[in-house]
Amino acid sequence: MYQYTENDQTLIDERVAQFKRQTENYFKGELSEDEYRALRLRNGVYIQTHAPLLRVAGPYGLISSKQIRKLAHIARTYDKNYCHFTTRQNIQFNWPKLELVPEILAELATVQMHAIQTSGNCMRNTTSDHLAGVAVDEIDDPRPYCEIIRQWTTLHPEFDYLPRKFKIAVSGALNDRAATQFHDIGLHLVKDGTGEVGFKVFVGGGLGRTPIIGQVIKPFLEQKHLLSYLEAILRIYNLFGRRDNKYKARIKILVKETGLDKFTEMVDAEWAHLRDANELSAERVNEIKAHFASPAYDVKADSDHTFAEHKANDKAFATWLAHNTAAHKVSGYAAVFISLKAPDMPPGDITDVQLDAVADIADAYSFGEVRATHRQNLLLADVKQADLYTVWQKLVDLGLATPNIGTATDMICCPGLDFCSLANAGSIGIAKEINEALDDLDYIHDIGELKINMSGCMNGCAHQSVGHIGILGVDKKGAEWYQITLGGSSENNAAIGERLGPAVAKDEITSAITTILDVYIKNRLEEETFLEAVNRLGINPFKEQVYANN
Amino acid sequence: MQIIKDKQRVDNTWQFIADEESLVAGDITVSLARWLQDKATLIAHSGKVGLRLKASDTVADFAEDLGHIKLVELNFADFADGRSFSQAWLLRGRYHYQDEIRAIGHYLPEQVFYLSRVGVNAYASDKTSALDSVLNNLNDFTVKYQPSII
Ligand code: HEM
Ligand code: SF4
Repeated sequence: MYQYTENDQTLIDERVAQFKRQTENYFKGELSEDEYRALRLRNGVYIQTHAPLLRVAGPYGLISSKQIRKLAHIARTYDKNYCHFTTRQNIQFNWPKLELVPEILAELATVQMHAIQTSGNCMRNTTSDHLAGVAVDEIDDPRPYCEIIRQWTTLHPEFDYLPRKFKIAVSGALNDRAATQFHDIGLHLVKDGTGEVGFKVFVGGGLGRTPIIGQVIKPFLEQKHLLSYLEAILRIYNLFGRRDNKYKARIKILVKETGLDKFTEMVDAEWAHLRDANELSAERVNEIKAHFASPAYDVKADSDHTFAEHKANDKAFATWLAHNTAAHKVSGYAAVFISLKAPDMPPGDITDVQLDAVADIADAYSFGEVRATHRQNLLLADVKQADLYTVWQKLVDLGLATPNIGTATDMICCPGLDFCSLANAGSIGIAKEINEALDDLDYIHDIGELKINMSGCMNGCAHQSVGHIGILGVDKKGAEWYQITLGGSSENNAAIGERLGPAVAKDEITSAITTILDVYIKNRLEEETFLEAVNRLGINPFKEQVYANN
Repeated sequence: MQIIKDKQRVDNTWQFIADEESLVAGDITVSLARWLQDKATLIAHSGKVGLRLKASDTVADFAEDLGHIKLVELNFADFADGRSFSQAWLLRGRYHYQDEIRAIGHYLPEQVFYLSRVGVNAYASDKTSALDSVLNNLNDFTVKYQPSII
């Protein structure tokens, strides 16, 4: 993964010093609440129901074992012994003391981590495919481009006070695993006729209150123009994005209100001034690529026989393999998911003890690297097949091997009423209830691939509008109700879910979900996934049953 | 009143002329509307002329007049309105404006490092104590990741 140069280290150290001063000035009363708010957000600090929330950047999801140990240390020392992995590959602490945040940031800086621009109306952490560099369907490795974008966006002097937050995601594979079409800018690595790698650029996607699928603004952007083209889009957005209404301030609204053609014209006119001045050189790209060279794979990894024996003899291991590992481009290796969706833990949460153990496993079996996934799990990208059985056993002991990746209980869930002051309804509790209702693993595996996403309010932090099943908390006269949508997707066939009908009451939401799953089981064709069945059947069969029963 | 200009405390020598006010001798600042309306008179003015820009003003509207304009004030009504940053960048980067660009109004001394990078070289403030912070914070970072004006 990327290793900091002296410059990188100086930059984050100087940022820590700056935020320390800002925090001191706030406590001295020299910065108003509003002024300090803008500054602390740009350093990852939200104030929520109980305490500040600190969001630490996981650059396109890559985290070293050393960094994982530091997160464990912070969870132990400054928080309540756990932290949370987010849908944008970041890490959140829920209970730090505001006055200690500068100290926490100084600790993070010692392991090349920071919280710069993880919230606020600025360019956020660039996200990517958790299988980057190891995926079998990869066109090219997105990580070097992510790092180039990370550097360009970090402390950009002109674009730190945008109309609203701005998120960029990059995918280098045939299958989009980074929800790129729901980002302000989505980039797909593509090859032109000559085999040259460039970018297909999407703009104006986003979730939240007004979910919109991004549109293609440039089918092929040459690699050397990456940064000048981003600059052109950002300048147009900064100058013309709406600032009168925060709900209409995302670039998706600017693109929609301007029209894609006109918007493209504006960007191209701006870009014409820039494109030749700031070219990204091939040397620079190669220099960054060197940081992401493949680790020293064992070329004989696939000659191991123990793996096949364990698989044949241990059903639980075989089940876990089927669900919690992904194919690897190198024969004899697999990518291993660490499920943060155990039935008894809030989705995405992990304890300090688990973190330390994960760091040890990564050191021993996966080149010392851990990745955060877009669905709030972790990944060990490079595990030899001979080690899979041992890794599995260790993960089982840690409660991190629930074989549910990509299934009904691998839910994305926001903090909801438990932590968030904006929530209309609880979400962690409902996730638990659904988990209890679906406690039969065979049943969950029979249902197969399913994405349930649940948010406690319209802001849609848990991407409910693109869940195959989306659950949205709404407030009805002070009571917690839930709006269900079906058929959303953040993959290649991006779609926004359709409303099933009126919201259902809290004591009926879990049975509504199980009813929906029953309708699927009864009506599915052979090999048909839930999403495919919804697309074929439409929502009516589901609707009839849910509202007939409840 | 003092301001910071090119990292030095200096006296402000410019006089604010409201839209309905008549011109006075010496160096004056006027709004963009006034400039566009009274351009000929203002070009003939004996002192120097500066423009006061709002975040919503468009730089292209007066870009061809920049040879006559010796100061551009970026007026922050709201420190979070980032359009002023792009205005400064356009003045320097696109139109190669060489004279003073001054931040005024409700920007934060905490923002001056970024402002300096997009081409702002002068800072006014109602609070004299803020000027010390400005001077100090101009040195917040010794490294940078991307090109801008500086
Ligand atoms: C203090 C309460 C809040 C908490 C605990 C919270 C939590 C989260 C979490 C866990 C995520 C995913 C992680 C990430 O992006 O790194 C997220 C993303 C998001 N949050 Fe929040 N959030 C809060 C406030 C807000 C507010 C104030 C808004 C908007 C008004 C909002 C809107 C969103 C949206 C739209 C996303 C991402 C969806 C997208 O990709 O566009 N959240 N939030
Ligand atoms: S979706 Fe709403 S309730 Fe959930 S974390 Fe986001 S803002 Fe809070």
